[in-house]
Amino acid sequence: MKIGVFVCHCGTNIEGTVDTAAVAAAAREFPGVVFATDTMYACSEPGQDGIIEAIKEHNLDGVVVASCTPRMHEPTFRKTLERAGLNRYLFEMANIREHVSWIGKDREANTNKSVDLVRMAAAKLLNNKPLFSKSFDMNKKVMIVGGGVAGIQAALDCADGGLQVVLVEKTSSIGGKMAKLDKTFPTVDCSSCVLGPRMVDVAQHPNITLHAYSEIEEVNGYVGNFEVKIKKKASYVNWDLCTGCGICMEKCPSKKAADPFNEELGKTTAINIPFPQAIPKKAVIDPDFCMKMIKDKCGVCAKVCPSEAIDYTQKDEIITEEVGAVVAATGFDLFDWTVYGEYGGGKYPDVITSLQYERMLSASGPSEGHIKRPSDGKEPKNVVFIQCVGSRDKSVGRPYCSGFCCMYTAKQSILTKDHIPDSQSYVFYMDIRAPGKMYDEFTRRAMEEYGARYIRGRVSMVYPKGDKLIVRGADTLMGDQVEVDADLVVLAVGAEASIGATDLAKKLRISYDAYGFFMEGHPKLKPVETNTAGVFLAGACQGPKDIPASVAQGSAAAAKVLSMFAKDQLESDPQISVVDIKRCIGCGKCISTCPFGAIKEIDFRGQPKAEVIETICQGCGICTSTCPQGAVQLQHFTDNQILAEVNAICRF
Amino acid sequence: MSDSLKFAYYPGCSGTGTSMEYDMSTRAVCRELGITLTDIPDWSCCGSTPAHTVDHTLSCALSARNLQLVENMKMDTAITPCPSCLTNLKTAERRMKDDDMRDKANKLLDNPYKGGVTTKSVLQILVEDLGLDALKNKTVRPLKGLKVAAYYGCIMNRPPEVMNFDDPEHPMAMDNIMTALGATVLPFPLKVECCGASFGIPRKDVVMNLSGKLLDAADDLGVDALVTACPLCQMNLDLRQSQINSATDAKHNIPIFYYTQLMGLALGMNEKELGMNKLCVSPRKAINAIGSENK
Repeated sequence: MKIGVFVCHCGTNIEGTVDTAAVAAAAREFPGVVFATDTMYACSEPGQDGIIEAIKEHNLDGVVVASCTPRMHEPTFRKTLERAGLNRYLFEMANIREHVSWIGKDREANTNKSVDLVRMAAAKLLNNKPLFSKSFDMNKKVMIVGGGVAGIQAALDCADGGLQVVLVEKTSSIGGKMAKLDKTFPTVDCSSCVLGPRMVDVAQHPNITLHAYSEIEEVNGYVGNFEVKIKKKASYVNWDLCTGCGICMEKCPSKKAADPFNEELGKTTAINIPFPQAIPKKAVIDPDFCMKMIKDKCGVCAKVCPSEAIDYTQKDEIITEEVGAVVAATGFDLFDWTVYGEYGGGKYPDVITSLQYERMLSASGPSEGHIKRPSDGKEPKNVVFIQCVGSRDKSVGRPYCSGFCCMYTAKQSILTKDHIPDSQSYVFYMDIRAPGKMYDEFTRRAMEEYGARYIRGRVSMVYPKGDKLIVRGADTLMGDQVEVDADLVVLAVGAEASIGATDLAKKLRISYDAYGFFMEGHPKLKPVETNTAGVFLAGACQGPKDIPASVAQGSAAAAKVLSMFAKDQLESDPQISVVDIKRCIGCGKCISTCPFGAIKEIDFRGQPKAEVIETICQGCGICTSTCPQGAVQLQHFTDNQILAEVNAICRF
Repeated sequence: MSDSLKFAYYPGCSGTGTSMEYDMSTRAVCRELGITLTDIPDWSCCGSTPAHTVDHTLSCALSARNLQLVENMKMDTAITPCPSCLTNLKTAERRMKDDDMRDKANKLLDNPYKGGVTTKSVLQILVEDLGLDALKNKTVRPLKGLKVAAYYGCIMNRPPEVMNFDDPEHPMAMDNIMTALGATVLPFPLKVECCGASFGIPRKDVVMNLSGKLLDAADDLGVDALVTACPLCQMNLDLRQSQINSATDAKHNIPIFYYTQLMGLALGMNEKELGMNKLCVSPRKAINAIGSENK
């Protein structure tokens, strides 16, 4: 094999602490290397052209590029080789940036380490074989998990693009957090007026199948051919018959059921449609509060239902959907604010969360749009907003900024003044973070036009005194302690990954960060992809996001799905395991260790043997290291290739 | 069960002086409840505030000396009524797990401390080891009609990772004890706020302000008395109450009990052995309220 080595300067990124010319000179001495040079930017157009020219000029049949991480540019250079007529797997990359130049300043040591990494790459390349992808058919149907605004946007864009869409929503109606909001910043337009029609579009779109009150149970298969088991939770109402007329809710005598849609501000009926614009507009019975389900008494809803839809015996049902791609759009949930004992959250009824306040402001909320103190129903005059509750606070394990609380607090202070003209809002803040179109202007308006008093400092304590709440804090600009007599305290609670997000990540085989937010494929270049082919992200499941950003990501994820489905067939990755049937003794160890169930036992002339199911194998290599005979080999990472690298680096 | 509760007992310096009534009532109550207290022989000061503000190693050694004496007693748990002593003992307990600190502190000690002694407050073992049911069963004179609020002070539960007991912002141990004894307990919003602590010496105005707020809040609630668990808190609120009245133009007249004193009354002991005569603000009005069903 004739190998060419290209050592990249990456501007000063590598050249700053590595002598690339010396690395290239050393590489010329390695077995198989017939050409070596240093190059300014290997990934740039002239850089890639230089590689192609060298391949042609020196008849190279293998290339080593020493530059950045393969996660960045391995696909780039593989394409370069293909353009030059070589097989894409006759290429090796030595990472001398993330593994060398960026982590050490000692030029001599860095240069030596770079030489060793290039030596390893060249040694492996000598053992590489051309590999070829196979094409396979895909199921051009997409599943969206989560029916918030990001999921709705992704579903509509995919459906408008002609795809069949399956939308799975955990609760009984789509709409997500946005459906709970009264108004949206910075335009102060009505949230349900913006979202409602889009929800209706979902319901009416011929290409969208909506499974509400359902959860993902199990995900099998691979990109292009996923098989998803969905649990349709028992609603105890036959939704095919239910018309959403609401008579059952009017007549239901059990009025103490939990009301998650209204953030538990009040209680609701045991049979319930969460809000007037719900899609689908179907009733669900809460078995914990339904008298019929608890004590076999009552049964009023069944008597009054004009369409005889009530079915107390309904069971959960598992259905299977086959799709080619999945978009996770599971959104966020609120941080458990009660850990801040000093704010009295969960202890004093007049300390509420921002989302509870949003329900209070909403005309379809429990107080029909009137701001009333939960304790006595009085209209508050002094409203104190405390920002960064569960954001930017290492002590509660939430060091990140939730991004949208500054804005919604400004909005809520404006709405407070709109609702109660003689009220006064106070906002305790750490910093105001309002980078967005018309965002900072909006926060200024809250202060200048609506007279919200912004106090820069943290609150140390909220305690009741008579029927007031005393909010004690610091004003760091004045360098003084302040106390405000509040009638109502609103905590701007931060966002965290949605409950159950990590379980879903495990089912989808995607990674998540320390806080449960899903990891994107690349923070800059693959914001809506994941490291699992065919699984995409949209919205706040990837990190806290406001509505415009969530919608943009919904569309972006849809675009990714549409472009994937625009191909006739998908190409398989040939970096998978193969079994050398002569060596295999049929012990079955590989079958039991494979995490993907990609190896099956076959009968070969009366002998048990292992066989890899190509489409399911993810190329993790666990079987390779398990096999006592060395009969299972992972292509492109065979024992011989790995040992060649080891021998190259252990020369002394 | 409560029959087999045995602990090493660390009275602390205040217990032998300014908070004698706390020590007396603690011992009396424990005796009544069948909790055996064995004084740590030759115990010495925990270091209190001065030591840890000047030298962490010295502070650690002063407390560790006492832990080592408990080790000698072949006991594993020491209890103390005073939260300030407890903080020092617990901090030493933690710091002595660090090899460097242990070497440095042990150099200052005659007998090195090896580790393995746990310290708790008397309050904690009453709630956790004895239990409220046992307390209820032994109550012979329920505190019916007595309206109290529990004031914990700032260090009984904080910092939470050191003290490891109850809720750092809304502790309930004393509230629950008082409820078990039959008293009417009003939720005290400032239950963990600082009283001013040692500032009584260099900056009396700080104590006047902070303790004044506490007494204001207690009066707003309309309580007959406050119950405390900390000698310094009790002193600031009780001994200095008349000073606070002068400084803040108030007319507070709130008895400040140690919770153990009221426990003693409920267990049927006499006022003398509970040191009621050592309180500055007369407890008479509160004691008379017991049993008056005027609610």
